[in-house]
Parts: sequence; structure tokens; C-alpha cells
Amino acid sequence: MQGKRLIHLLFGIAFLTASFSAYASDPKKGALTPQDRKTEVSAYVKHHNLDTHDFGLFSYTGADGAHHQIGFPLPVILWADGLHVFSSGALHHGESVVASGDKYFALDTHSYKIYETDASGVLNYDADHHVTNVAPLDFSITKSVFMIMLVSVMLFMIFMGLAKSYAKNQSLPSGVGRFFEPIVLYIRDDIAIPNIGPEKYQRYMPYLLTVFFFIWFLNLFGLTPLGINVTGNIAITTALAVITFLITNFTGTKDYWKHIFDPLGHAMPWVAKLPIYIILVPIEVLGIFIKPFSLLIRLYANMQAGHIVLGSLIGLIYVFQNWLGGTLAFGLSFAISLIELLVALLQAYIFTMLSALYFGFASETHDHAVEHDGEVQHL
Amino acid sequence: MEKLIGEFSVGLFFWQTLLFVTLLFLLKKYAWKPILDAVNEREEGIKKALESAEQAKEEMANMNADNEKLLKEARAERDAMLKEAREIKSKLIGDAKDEAKVEADKLMTQAQAAIESEKKAAIAEIKEQVASLSLDIAEKVIKEALSKDDQQQKLVKNLLDDTTLN
Amino acid sequence: MTIPTIVGAGLVVIGVGIGIGQIGGKAMEAIARQPEAYGKIQTAMLIAAALVEGIGFAAIFAA
Repeated sequence: MQGKRLIHLLFGIAFLTASFSAYASDPKKGALTPQDRKTEVSAYVKHHNLDTHDFGLFSYTGADGAHHQIGFPLPVILWADGLHVFSSGALHHGESVVASGDKYFALDTHSYKIYETDASGVLNYDADHHVTNVAPLDFSITKSVFMIMLVSVMLFMIFMGLAKSYAKNQSLPSGVGRFFEPIVLYIRDDIAIPNIGPEKYQRYMPYLLTVFFFIWFLNLFGLTPLGINVTGNIAITTALAVITFLITNFTGTKDYWKHIFDPLGHAMPWVAKLPIYIILVPIEVLGIFIKPFSLLIRLYANMQAGHIVLGSLIGLIYVFQNWLGGTLAFGLSFAISLIELLVALLQAYIFTMLSALYFGFASETHDHAVEHDGEVQHL
Repeated sequence: MEKLIGEFSVGLFFWQTLLFVTLLFLLKKYAWKPILDAVNEREEGIKKALESAEQAKEEMANMNADNEKLLKEARAERDAMLKEAREIKSKLIGDAKDEAKVEADKLMTQAQAAIESEKKAAIAEIKEQVASLSLDIAEKVIKEALSKDDQQQKLVKNLLDDTTLN
Repeated sequence: MTIPTIVGAGLVVIGVGIGIGQIGGKAMEAIARQPEAYGKIQTAMLIAAALVEGIGFAAIFAA
């Protein structure tokens, strides 16, 4: 128990110091013009929102003017005519070229992506500042992947603990389970059952619960000052939306498909339906894809926007460099942080809720004539 | 849009899908299933307990109703019995009264008859006695009156006067 | 990003803002009228708001 508390304390201190150090500016920087500081903050915010190959906790500029980054490297796994595995520490934040096998790799400090280069590590840019070098297939354990693993382990521990506490405690939760059990029940009673129906909700429960806690936890980690922006990454939200899409369409009932390809049913003879269907069916088919697309864009945009706004507001404190502006920016960023705390939960809820809604459409098996009256096209 | 596609990382997509699906199956097997089962079981238990309580309550009410019914029946039976007893009593009393009356009437009649016959006998006796007394008196009177000849002559003459020859 | 696309996206965002405001306002009115239907109204409100929001994001990313 004592050890556990100590770990909590250490984590707390680590987070606090990280949050202060992350933006701590060196006195020497006072010489910078506000314009410089703005570009610096903007670059910092942008960097913060990107996925990186190492886990940077914080950085500072030393007395000698050198830029130091504190963190730990993560493995880089590349596929370029063969597997190339090395530690991201070897890249030295884009300063070094790594030779692996017969290939050379360098990090583009603009997009934080790894490209194939020649031995000298030259990156060629086109007019829009895009790198023209060949990009290998990058399966690295990046910061995001690392965080996904961490959150997965956390979720697994928490909910396995909750499951075990039932056996030990006569069907009553104990510890953190007391906090999470009502949420699990809320998802079952207020998200799954009303949207999917009491007969079929059970097969969707594992996905809904997993996706809710996964998104929520990652969103909350995004609010820590570690620069974690997993749910604000388009690849992550796409992966989640693709799973929702696959589940929706693979569990779709006959009625669901009939709804898409023959929504009018026996209401009209086929001759009359044909001209309507030429327009209606493509819209319905498009709807199948627009639904998960709106899911992925919504989650990505909300989290990304939240990070940009928060980062910019915190950055404002350093841009202003006076007590009034600094205080105002601090108050504003504090308020936005609280809102982001709500958004973290809300976006997880919305994603789960809409997934449940789509599953509900897919698993519906009831009378078409009745159901069609209050129809709304959900996007 | 272009920026979004540029930001899309195939590796991250791959890892996310792999890790998420793994997490999904692990959690499903080791967490969600036991949790939901336990919660369902608990809810089922609570529901059952409530149901049985309701049932017990109903049974209690039924029993109360039964008791009430029994009590009512018993009361009705008692009332009926009392009523019957009362009826029997009154009937008995009435019967006895009737019987007594009949007996008394009979006795009265008998007494009256006896009295009548006694009276008749007494009257007959009195008549007899009166007759014999009258005869005696008459005898004596006649004896007195007819002790002399002239008187006897006079009587015979009177008698002969009375007896007209027709 | 050209000026017209940014202005267009801005217009869409204004529209979305008005829309979400309407949804929230109407939901509050509905809750005031029927406080017992709070949960259902809130759910419907969030779904509607999310749908409108999607349009806003589509505009921002198209710009």
C-alpha cells in the first residue's frame, strides 16, 4: 500500500515538473523578439501534436545554448526491401543518419517522418516543403503506439481487477471498480440497450465498452503535458471507425440491407421505384461510408483542435511576457483545460453512442412500414 | 484534406488496429464477460429477491384473507348455531306450553265432568231423599188427617166431587 | 489555403454554431418543460449536435 502511494506521488511530481519544464523558457531567450517567440510556440504546438519516434518528456535549452531533450528512445521498425530495426536514439532528433543494412535513414524534423537518404543524409524538399525522398513503410513503436500499449495494459489491469473483485467480493466491486462499474452499467443501460435493443445488445457490448474506455483514457492522457495526442491522430481514429464500419456491416441483418437497397419495399410497383432508386440507393450506399467517416473526422478534429487551442493558449503566456497577458492567458488556458476534460469524456461518449446507433440500424429486424415514418438520415 | 492524407501513417494504423483488436478480445474474454455476467447475476438475484418478497407478501395477504374467511365462517356458524339453539328453545317452550295447556284442558274437562256427575248424583240423591221425606211427611199427615171418620167421609166426598164421571 | 475557402469555412462554422446553439437551447427548453425526460433529451441533443458538428469539421478540412 505504502509503495503504491509512493508511486502515485512520484508520478504526480513527474507530471507537474514536466508540465512546468515543458514550457519553461530560458532567461537568454528574453532577447528573442515576440515574432520569434510566436514562431517558436507555433512550432512547439505543432511538434506536440505530431507522433514522434521517441518519448520526449520535456526539453530545455542549456546554459551553453544547446537544445536538450529529456525522454527515452523507442524502437524504429522500417520495411524498405527488408526489415530495419534500430533505436530512435540513433537518429539524434534528426541530427544523425542511421545506417541499417545497405540503407541510410534520416528523420525529417519538419514532419517527424523517417526517409531513406544517401550516406550523407541529405533530404530534398519540393516547393511546398515536402520531402521528395523515398519513405519506407514505417512500423515503428512510436510515442502513440507506446501510449496505446500503455493504455491497453492499464485498461486490462483495471477491468481484469474489477472482474476478479466480483468473484472475491460476492458480486460487489471493490477499489477502482466502484468508480468504473457505474460507467460500465451506464454504457449498457443508456447507450447499448436503448439504441440496439434488449435482445441483441449483448454481442456489441465488448466493443462498445472497449472503445469507450480506450478513447476516454487516451483523451485524458492527451491532457497531460507529455504531448500525447493519440486520439487526435487521423490514423488512430480511422482504425477505430473502420472497426465500427466492419462490425456494422458484418452484423447487418436482411432488413438492414433491404433498407439500403430497397427502402420502399412493397409500397410501390418496381417500375415506379426504379427512378427513385437511381438517386436513393447511391445516397444510402454513400451513407454507409459517411457514417464511419464522420465518426473518425469528429474524434480527430475535436481532439486535435483541443490540443492546438490549449497549446496556443499556454504558449501565449510566453509570447506576452508580461503579468497581465500572462495571467489572462493562464486563466483562459485553465478554463479551456476544464472544458477539454469534459470534451475528453464527451467525445468518447459520442463515438460509443453513434457506434451503438449504427449497430442498432444494422441489427434491426422489425416491420418496415411502421418504422419508415419517423425516418432520419443519420450522418 | 491533403494535409489529412499526408498525416495518415500506415504504421500507426496497423499498430492501432492490431493492438485494439487484441485488447478487445482480451478484455472481452477476461473482463467484460465476467463483469457483465456478475452484474447480470447480481441484478437477477436482486430481482429474484424482490420477486420472492413480493410473493411472500402476496402469500401473507392470501393467508390473512384465508384467516379472515375462516373467522367469518366460524362466526357465521356460531351465529347459526345460536340461532338454532334459540329456535329450539323457543320451540321447546312453546311445545311445553301447548302440551301443558292441552293437559290442563283435559284435566279441567275431566274435573268438570266429574263435578257434573257428582252434581247429578247429589241432585238425584237429594231428589230421592226429598221424595222419601215427602212420603214420610205425607204418610204422617195422612195418618193424622184420616184418623177420624168424618174427615175420611169428607175426603171421599171431595174426591168423588173432583172425579166427574165422563 | 486561399482567402475564399477560409471565408467559406468560416461561414459554415457560423452556421454550425447557430445550429448547435439552437439544439442546445431547444433541448434546455424541452428539459424545463419535461424534467423527467432529461436523459432522453440529453442523448438526442448530443446526437443532433454531433451530426451538425460533423458538417462544420467537413467544412474546416475541406478548406
